[in-house]
Amino acid sequence: MDELIVEARDLTKRFGDFTAVDHVTFQVHRGDVLGYLGPNGSGKTTTIRMLLGLLLPDEGSGTVLGYDSVQDTEAIRSRVGYMSQKFALYDELTALENLSFYAGVYGVRDDDRLFQVLELLNLTALEGIRAGELPIGWRQRLALATAIVHEPPLLILDEPTSGVDPIARRAFWDLIYVLADQGVTAFVTTHYMDEAEYCSRVGVMRRGRLLAMDTPSALKQSALSGMVWDVHAEPMLEALEMLESLPGIARAGLAGDHLRAITDRTVSARDLQARLAGCGLQGASVVQIEPTLEDVFLALAGE
Amino acid sequence: MIRVNDLRRSFGDLRAVDGLSLSIQKGEIYALVGPDGAGKTTTLRLLCGALQPDSGHIHLAGIDLQRQTEQARALIGYLPQRFSLYAELTVLENLRFFAEVRGLPAEEWHPRSSEILDFVGLGEFADRRAGLLSGGMKQKLGLAAALVHHPKILLLDEPTGGVDPVTRQNFWQLIIRLLRQDVAVLISTPYMDEASRCHRVGFLQYGRLLIEGAPSEIVSRLEGRVLELVGTPRRLLKQIASDDPQVQNAHSFGDRLHLRIAAGSAETVMRRLGSAIAAQAGSIERLRPVKPGLEDVFLDLLESAHAA
Repeated sequence: MDELIVEARDLTKRFGDFTAVDHVTFQVHRGDVLGYLGPNGSGKTTTIRMLLGLLLPDEGSGTVLGYDSVQDTEAIRSRVGYMSQKFALYDELTALENLSFYAGVYGVRDDDRLFQVLELLNLTALEGIRAGELPIGWRQRLALATAIVHEPPLLILDEPTSGVDPIARRAFWDLIYVLADQGVTAFVTTHYMDEAEYCSRVGVMRRGRLLAMDTPSALKQSALSGMVWDVHAEPMLEALEMLESLPGIARAGLAGDHLRAITDRTVSARDLQARLAGCGLQGASVVQIEPTLEDVFLALAGE
Repeated sequence: MIRVNDLRRSFGDLRAVDGLSLSIQKGEIYALVGPDGAGKTTTLRLLCGALQPDSGHIHLAGIDLQRQTEQARALIGYLPQRFSLYAELTVLENLRFFAEVRGLPAEEWHPRSSEILDFVGLGEFADRRAGLLSGGMKQKLGLAAALVHHPKILLLDEPTGGVDPVTRQNFWQLIIRLLRQDVAVLISTPYMDEASRCHRVGFLQYGRLLIEGAPSEIVSRLEGRVLELVGTPRRLLKQIASDDPQVQNAHSFGDRLHLRIAAGSAETVMRRLGSAIAAQAGSIERLRPVKPGLEDVFLDLLESAHAA
């Protein structure tokens, strides 16, 4: 399980005086489903482009499947399944023709493999439909099919779920796990923080810097210096105002029909209740809960 | 503040909004979620008067949108998914443009502009050209433009897609301040965590509400029906779980599996999985009921709708 699949060492890319990727170092091991998370413009795609040898780093180096990202780009590209943000499909070609085209590009001669891929991704019924006529969720699936036709041991998926609704996103992650269960390693970028929960490891990018990389549960334990609470109190907006003014509160916000607060470690449930009661708010219920990856991001971003 | 009765709108054969009724109070934030094409954006466009309904009624603060269109529209601030700014104009000039479109008198727009720019945190960027703003700042300017005429109702179409969580956090602080001023907010969002912050959530499919309610009410429907399973080897665990007659669905979540099970079957399923996994030399590190998420409920609804 510890076989090294991707390594980035101090990878850095500048565009003029803008540093898109700033000394990024990490490793991906065989079997990982790595989520590379960050908002738009945080350097995720630039990292991938350097790893694939599409962009020369200004500093640092990378290896993919043991090949050097600058020297051995041909070897890398023939062994990686890459899906770009804009699914590179031919709208005028059918699903099967698109797949057959990519099979040709990758030198796959075996037609059985095409049908095998269609079946694996539940696309068989759509093989005769032109890609341009498919809804976005199915286009995304077809783009994945074209990326795996040559049975790559590593998948690099750049924002595969962008613009796709939550239900289709969940279904897409299920597919990634179908492939992971067959031994494929996956490197997936996303700006949806909630998708971090689907990953075995998560890297958090912001403004070109990799803030952390670890398992979701380890990040929740290590990154957050405080504690997270569900607070049920009425009237809610007034309770929120009180919460914000209490000592020891790092952040407070809405959570549907209740409130959510992040406090420092010194605050207990009883303290919170007592302090709210002190403001004239009786009977508030306070329960400690797990932080989310968004909490982790905000803590890592230091704001 | 917003009252919608049996709203319908078709595009050719497609029923984009199909008998939708909604009611949103002042100071309330309501999230519309649902698959692409479920009718979220069409609903918002109908509500802001950009589209005419085929039938149904929309009342905004008691005013009939179809009959007293101008008065009703004056109450609305709308932030579309793709917000257009004039890249060559400064922040202030952009805002002035939107103020004039909204019919704000000249003597009012200047003080209001500085007030609203301070509110969204763009005060010090008033003279910067809009084309040079970051994504998060553009979004704030969009919000400022939607708010320039003191709307009582705010319609937001996926306002935080792809923006920095720090910006999202600030955005939510702004929304809370608006709720305190009794503004009613209707937001469409692809983020379940964002939906779960709202007072109420409506899940839209084929132009109809499949379910609505407070997030905690909605997730309580699946209380005790989601199990977390952690152990090795993962493939074996998933196989055994998927084969169990009372497991409806097994999803991989990183190193965990989430199983959705038939109502009231938690004890039985846990016992059965425990012995089946042990019998095949697998090991269980953790097997317990966990709190369902909004997404679990929506998936369950979609699947039961398909099965019916």
